[in-house]
Amino acid sequence: MKILVAISQTPETTARIAFKNEGTIFDTNGVNFIMNPYDEWYALVRALELKEQKGGSVTVIHCGPPANEVIIRKALAIGADDAVRINMEPLSAHSIAIQIAAYAKDQSFDVIFAGKETIDYNESLVGGMVAELLDLPFISHVSKLVYNDAVASVTRDIEGGEEEIEVTGPYVVSAAKGLAEQRIPNMRGIMSAKTKPLQVITPVPEESTADYIHFQVPAAKTSVKMVDPNNMDELVRLLHEEAKVI
Amino acid sequence: MVLVVAETLEGKIKNSSFETVYYGSKVAEILGTSCHALILGPCSDGGRLGSFGAKEVWQVEDQALSSFDSQVYTKVITQIAKEQGAKVVIVADSSNGKSILGRLSIALNAGPVRGANKLPELKDGKLNFQRPVFSGKAIATCRVNSEIAVISLMGNSLKPQSTGAEVAVKAINVEIPASKTKVIKVERSVGIVPLPEAQIVVSAGRGMKDPSNWGIVEDLAAVLGATTACSRPVADSGWRPHHEHVGQTGIAIRPNLYIAIGISGAIQHLAGVNSSKVIVVINKDPEAPFFKAADYGVCGDLFEIVPKFTEAVKKFKSTHH
Ligand SMILES: Cc1cc2nc3c(=O)[nH]c(=O)nc-3n(C[C@H](O)[C@H](O)[C@H](O)COP(=O)(O)OP(=O)(O)OC[C@H]3O[C@@H](n4cnc5c(N)ncnc54)[C@H](O)[C@@H]3O)c2cc1C
Repeated sequence: MKILVAISQTPETTARIAFKNEGTIFDTNGVNFIMNPYDEWYALVRALELKEQKGGSVTVIHCGPPANEVIIRKALAIGADDAVRINMEPLSAHSIAIQIAAYAKDQSFDVIFAGKETIDYNESLVGGMVAELLDLPFISHVSKLVYNDAVASVTRDIEGGEEEIEVTGPYVVSAAKGLAEQRIPNMRGIMSAKTKPLQVITPVPEESTADYIHFQVPAAKTSVKMVDPNNMDELVRLLHEEAKVI
Repeated sequence: MVLVVAETLEGKIKNSSFETVYYGSKVAEILGTSCHALILGPCSDGGRLGSFGAKEVWQVEDQALSSFDSQVYTKVITQIAKEQGAKVVIVADSSNGKSILGRLSIALNAGPVRGANKLPELKDGKLNFQRPVFSGKAIATCRVNSEIAVISLMGNSLKPQSTGAEVAVKAINVEIPASKTKVIKVERSVGIVPLPEAQIVVSAGRGMKDPSNWGIVEDLAAVLGATTACSRPVADSGWRPHHEHVGQTGIAIRPNLYIAIGISGAIQHLAGVNSSKVIVVINKDPEAPFFKAADYGVCGDLFEIVPKFTEAVKKFKSTHH
């Protein structure tokens, strides 16, 4: 099996979220970056498990500047065989999807993995865009993926439940929680990652269809109103009369 | 023209579709055009969408569309959007909506906005939408630069109002491509409002100590007509099902009322819930970070407080309506 995993870089979950230049640019000052958890914990690990079961290779692809190679080396340390970096500043989901599709077009991957969303822009777009560009089936928010011979049985999260789908031939999935268990890279992995192939590619031209023009951090709650634990009638009254939510 | 894809469930219009259509009609007003609703697959009550602002309701009634395939749906919607000259295509920010949003943006060469939560502004001929980013820690303004926009609308963004009469549903024929996927099984917990659509959510964390203690949480949820949720460690340790996990790496929700029981309020948890309109926190630790994000707090032992809260709600419900 030939598998491609798209990986993205995001701020750490505890990063301070602030903006500069009058709210037009994310302030990266003091922010640590990680591999997007959905890509690392679920997409990449399930891809590696499939390779372990069925043979083949796992390639990771990342759109970003040279500094982002830290996350690429991490993906290689966890077990990917080789990597591709499209040398660019990613500006939108569209700018990323165009590059991934351009790379994957002639490579006959059996499965292309993305995370269900990145934890910064939360757009949930790249997987579907790549699938549409390559005219492949796309199953999003996948929490289980197993093979019975050539047929993949894929379970996706739906509102209040799940749906099981069979798909044959190449397809794109976006990974959600449950698909795999996080793997911590070991020393051997970290050492071998240093010598695994990393190909750097120049991006193809692209014109984005949407962009972000402003960001703001919502106002913090004013102070909390404490209610006496022995007076739950008062809490109910407040929720009804003041907050008007029950 | 604004085209709204209305979702159905078991042959009936989903409640959330009234909001999507109403939103579409408001976007149409901003653009000085009309809003049309599109139903894919069998549905018996599509005309109701007329009352929420759809000038016409179109339906492709083919059985092949009764199960969802993002590729097939995208081809059908794209065909209709192109034929009708849609300038904005709106879907719900649901599991299906999210599966087709990216695809539609490519197929229509349209600027995508995932999870808009307000009506757009029209500036210099371009639509500007607001959406939460960084798991609700910030709000972004997204400008669509292309001729066409595709939007997924976050639930609970505006209250749908019935504005007119039902309309007749018009059947339309389009070519439906063969699906390369096959839905084998659908499992849905019945009778429970799914988390993203719930108006009231009762959520509990590690402070519950043991899964066998969840009865008091379920009782409170039952009297409030609420959906239950949980923190990540609770789902990870198998105390509750994964689909209840809310937060940065779980489901992001924005109900009218979020009640957090025995949850500390870690930044990753808050990220997925702090857009809730009103937050009530029940925790025994006065220093729990969640109190800083709460509107109402009760400090004390949840095992005593929650049953009392349930009784108080019951008493209230019996005297009101
Ligand atoms: C990358 C990453 C992503 C994450 N994503 C998520 C996410 O999506 N969602 C999420 O929830 N977490 C997430 N987490 C985990 C998060 O950091 C916290 O560990 C988690 O939210 C804590 O869960 P909790 O509040 O239930 O448990 P705890 O932090 O253990 O808090 C339990 C609380 O219960 C209170 N309590 C105990 N007993 C009682 C009692 N008898 N009466 C009243 N109160 C009591 C305690 O005072 C305490 O505040 C993530 C972490 C990381 C690193």
